Amino acid sequence: MSKQDVFIVDGSRTPFLKARGKPGPFLASDLAVAAARPLLLRQNFPLDALDEVIVGCIMPSADEANIARVIALRLGIPQTVPAWTVQRNCASGMQALDSAYHNISAGHADLILAGGTESMSRAPVLYNDLMVNWLSMLMSAKTFGQKLQVFTKLRPAHLKPVIALVRGLTDPIVGLSMGQTTEKIAYRFGITRDQMDEFSVTSHKRLAEAHDSGRLEEIEAIYDGRGNYYDFDDGIRRDSSMPNLARLKPYFDRTYGMVTPGNSAQITDGAAMLILASAKMVKKYDLPVLAKIKDSQWAGLDPAEMGLGPAHAMAPILKRNKLTINDIDYWEINEAFAGQVLGCIEAWQRDDYCKEHLGFKTAIGEIPHEKLNIDGGSVSMGHPVGASGARIVLHLANVLKHKNAHRGIASLCIGGGQGGAMMIERAGEQ
Amino acid sequence: MAYQNWMIEKDDDDICWLHLDVADSSTNVLSSAVLDELNQILNELAQSLPKGIVFVSDKNNGFIAGADINEFTHITTEQQATDFLQRGHDIMNKIESLPCVSVAMIKGFCLGGGMELALACSYRVMCDDKSTRVGLPEIKLGIHPGYGGSVRSILKAGPVAAMNAMLTGRMLTGRVAKSMNLVDDLVPERQLKRAARYFVINKPIPRPLGIKDKIMNHRLVRPLIANQMRKTVAKKAPQQHYPAPYQLISLWQKHMDNPRRMLEKEIESVASLVTNPTAQNLVRVFFLMENLKTQGRKKDFDPRHIHVIGGGVMGGDIAAWCALRGFNVTVQDQKPEMLAGTMQRSLTMFQKKFKKDKRSIRESMDRLVPDTKGVGIKQADLIIEAIFEDKNVKQTLYKSIEPQMKEGAILATNTSSIPLEELATCLKDPGRLVGIHFFNPVALMPLVEIVRGENTDEKIMNQALAFGRHIDKLPLPVKSSPGFLVNRILMPYLLEAVEMVGEGIAPEMVDKAALNFGMPMGPIELADTVGLDVCRSVATILSKDQNLNLPKRMESMVEHKKLGKKSGEGFYKWVKGKPVKDKNASYANLKELEDRMIMRFLNEAAACLREKVVATEDLIDAGVIFGTGFAPFRGGPLHYIHAQGVATLSNRLDELNKLYGTRFKANEVWDSLGSG
Repeated sequence: MSKQDVFIVDGSRTPFLKARGKPGPFLASDLAVAAARPLLLRQNFPLDALDEVIVGCIMPSADEANIARVIALRLGIPQTVPAWTVQRNCASGMQALDSAYHNISAGHADLILAGGTESMSRAPVLYNDLMVNWLSMLMSAKTFGQKLQVFTKLRPAHLKPVIALVRGLTDPIVGLSMGQTTEKIAYRFGITRDQMDEFSVTSHKRLAEAHDSGRLEEIEAIYDGRGNYYDFDDGIRRDSSMPNLARLKPYFDRTYGMVTPGNSAQITDGAAMLILASAKMVKKYDLPVLAKIKDSQWAGLDPAEMGLGPAHAMAPILKRNKLTINDIDYWEINEAFAGQVLGCIEAWQRDDYCKEHLGFKTAIGEIPHEKLNIDGGSVSMGHPVGASGARIVLHLANVLKHKNAHRGIASLCIGGGQGGAMMIERAGEQ
Repeated sequence: MAYQNWMIEKDDDDICWLHLDVADSSTNVLSSAVLDELNQILNELAQSLPKGIVFVSDKNNGFIAGADINEFTHITTEQQATDFLQRGHDIMNKIESLPCVSVAMIKGFCLGGGMELALACSYRVMCDDKSTRVGLPEIKLGIHPGYGGSVRSILKAGPVAAMNAMLTGRMLTGRVAKSMNLVDDLVPERQLKRAARYFVINKPIPRPLGIKDKIMNHRLVRPLIANQMRKTVAKKAPQQHYPAPYQLISLWQKHMDNPRRMLEKEIESVASLVTNPTAQNLVRVFFLMENLKTQGRKKDFDPRHIHVIGGGVMGGDIAAWCALRGFNVTVQDQKPEMLAGTMQRSLTMFQKKFKKDKRSIRESMDRLVPDTKGVGIKQADLIIEAIFEDKNVKQTLYKSIEPQMKEGAILATNTSSIPLEELATCLKDPGRLVGIHFFNPVALMPLVEIVRGENTDEKIMNQALAFGRHIDKLPLPVKSSPGFLVNRILMPYLLEAVEMVGEGIAPEMVDKAALNFGMPMGPIELADTVGLDVCRSVATILSKDQNLNLPKRMESMVEHKKLGKKSGEGFYKWVKGKPVKDKNASYANLKELEDRMIMRFLNEAAACLREKVVATEDLIDAGVIFGTGFAPFRGGPLHYIHAQGVATLSNRLDELNKLYGTRFKANEVWDSLGSG
């Protein structure tokens, strides 16, 4: 169905840096610039060969309007190359890749820098409406007496801030926090706290093993100018174990719930940037090819069960391409919550769910645990919301390369009740 | 009437725009011809007075760079100087007393005489772009403002700010000049003409001096402030070597109550300075600097990407400096912790340079890419290697990077001790290797030695010289021989100083003797600052070819890890980055110490001339002044030899030879110097 083949040429990401309760050292644009600079330096094409720059980001800072353009210009990409920002919540990074994929596929572009970035630690803290109204009264007060009068109206309630990050992670339609939507999925499919914690321990173990093996070459160290550098995902817990995780209290549904900070993705800063190209550009500049993008899919579902998004987005790709689970060598399903990934796996094994919601006659089958997120995921490395969608596609491509495998699917759930998925292939074993 | 240098344009509002475009010159300077024409123009305008006049430059590079320094060199007597200055004063007074408004519209450099002209106008409007700077840098030439600038700047900016600007001679950004009240408004280029017109039409009342400035200017307060100024100046420029700042301070202290009188006294003061050897030598230094600037032609090389290998202090600072000058830079080191340090020092450098200009700081940081994998190698037009001094390691590196390099890319080494010819043997194309030798600290040292190896291509050499100009340094072409020019000349002088300490003379006295001669820092303090291990390794390399003995004292200090500033103790103890000096140290015959050090310095300079390490006497003087800080008011070592008399100094060498040994044996070139 695509008119032009679309190739992933190369990609880099920053280490994912856990938010430590205060603004982190990097703005979202700093992160994307740090990931993309070495990436671009590795390439053989001049920067003006780029047709556009597309970046996903949910909450840029006040000085980063259309952050993609800010990033492009800071990278020294010529002013004549346009840039635009995309936002599809947790899938913004994948949306950037998908937009690039479609533009190249349709022949509108041949070479695109695309990816995602997020500095969650720097998410804005806002004045509430009371305070904004009070400030406006103060501005319009002319005389000293009037101003004094306005000052007497200031109350403690005015000072309660609006924390954009908390609001952003709460569904505005159904009123549930993202963690609560996972509690709902666990309830529906009978997923236990132990299952969630076990999944999380594995995530940490796998990420630690991947780091130690040195195969995470996609990570570019980032420097803060204060004498520090960061070269690994610092949210990793090498001491993660069932007893350790069991000690944590449920965070979203307090007291009786199962979803804890330990089996959820961490609040994190990071960026992942990729270069996508048409066959024409691959040939012209003799570019390396990491993988080919074969297909992509977006899906909508009940916002209260948004975590099942991947089950809904991946199913049509299998169906359309007449593939079964066995045809997929490796899977990356973003670990927003351990319970939500487990829910997706469970849903695909239920005849009734697959029939009612996914248009299959019977269950699709079981995604093998040893082929899923084999180098860990967001539970262990964190989930910089705008960046993760780009990271899982980049990492999947690298997994296929290291394993000399052929086909993989990357997918994630999206706050608001959506799912996104992308299938890639490389010329590995068939 | 048509003029050679000026163009008069009258507009519908009866404003007269005086365009200056000095004939046969790339820069506007106030030469005699320019001033004579201006005098005529002013006389003419007095006949039919316009609503106002605006001074404009038609040169792209600036408003007016100053007086014509060439003319300055022809002045030999005080009377000539007085006449020269009086003519300038008459014209500035004429502008000031015009019955109509006058405005200086400043874009680009506005310095010295140019600034004095601007100050004589009723108003000054200044462009806010980065290349526009104003200043009164006369002090750097051993004089002070002489076209009324000392008086008028104080009247506009107050004594503290104006004297500070004149005593340091620094260039002022628009922001600073505006806050000092030296200019009346600071506007973007698009509003510059409209602003000039606004001032002519509206004649706003200029900002008066504040109460504080009026107090500082008071007859009874001035002596206190003046003494404070003298103390501050003395730290940098002792009176016996640099009279100008002291005369400027006295001029203000004595005559501020009567500006008319102060203007007259300004002429007297500058006239006495112009003929003083200090001023003449500093003018010589100015021309030496211009000479170095012409060694590289920017158009010979258009690099975009610089790759620096080595994230130590030297490599990191070179990389940061290149990024600051606008290049895309990768700085490579295997160790990310080294690069983390590099990025920290770079940020500090950028913050110092750009102050509150956060966007420029970020741009420079974005241009500087830390690189652990060497991704910058194949992008680079120039690779600068600045790793530690080990021939084998360097050669292994060169062999691995040469195949990745772009066609035509230059490989440069920052080595100070390994001959280029030896390094080049491992290269397929030895012609692409050149030396680019920086000095520490990179951001402050103006000189770079561009080292021509036996194999270095002429084109590569010229490109390296051009690069020196691109990064706003002074490039000195030198032959590849041990120590090149600067280190080689410094070393005998440093070792003689160490020798004297070994003889039991207090280091404080050794340093004092050198300061008496006019060195910027004593040699013992310098050795401690550079690091005794570094000194020893340079000296060891030089001693192979030269008549150098390593003082035992240095050896033992290095063995005991007394390395100087960095280890906390060398010849001095170092506390908080400052040497602790014994105030009670004394020595009877400081002149003898001075002679021993300086004569070895001069003798080595003569040897470099004989061996053609550098092509000409002037280039040796230039390299030594900008590379070592050699007393600038003495005009350079070879100039000094001629000024003192070759015979006198070579006799002194013979005496020292008899007293202290053959290291004082006069170099053969001294005989030929006499005839030169």
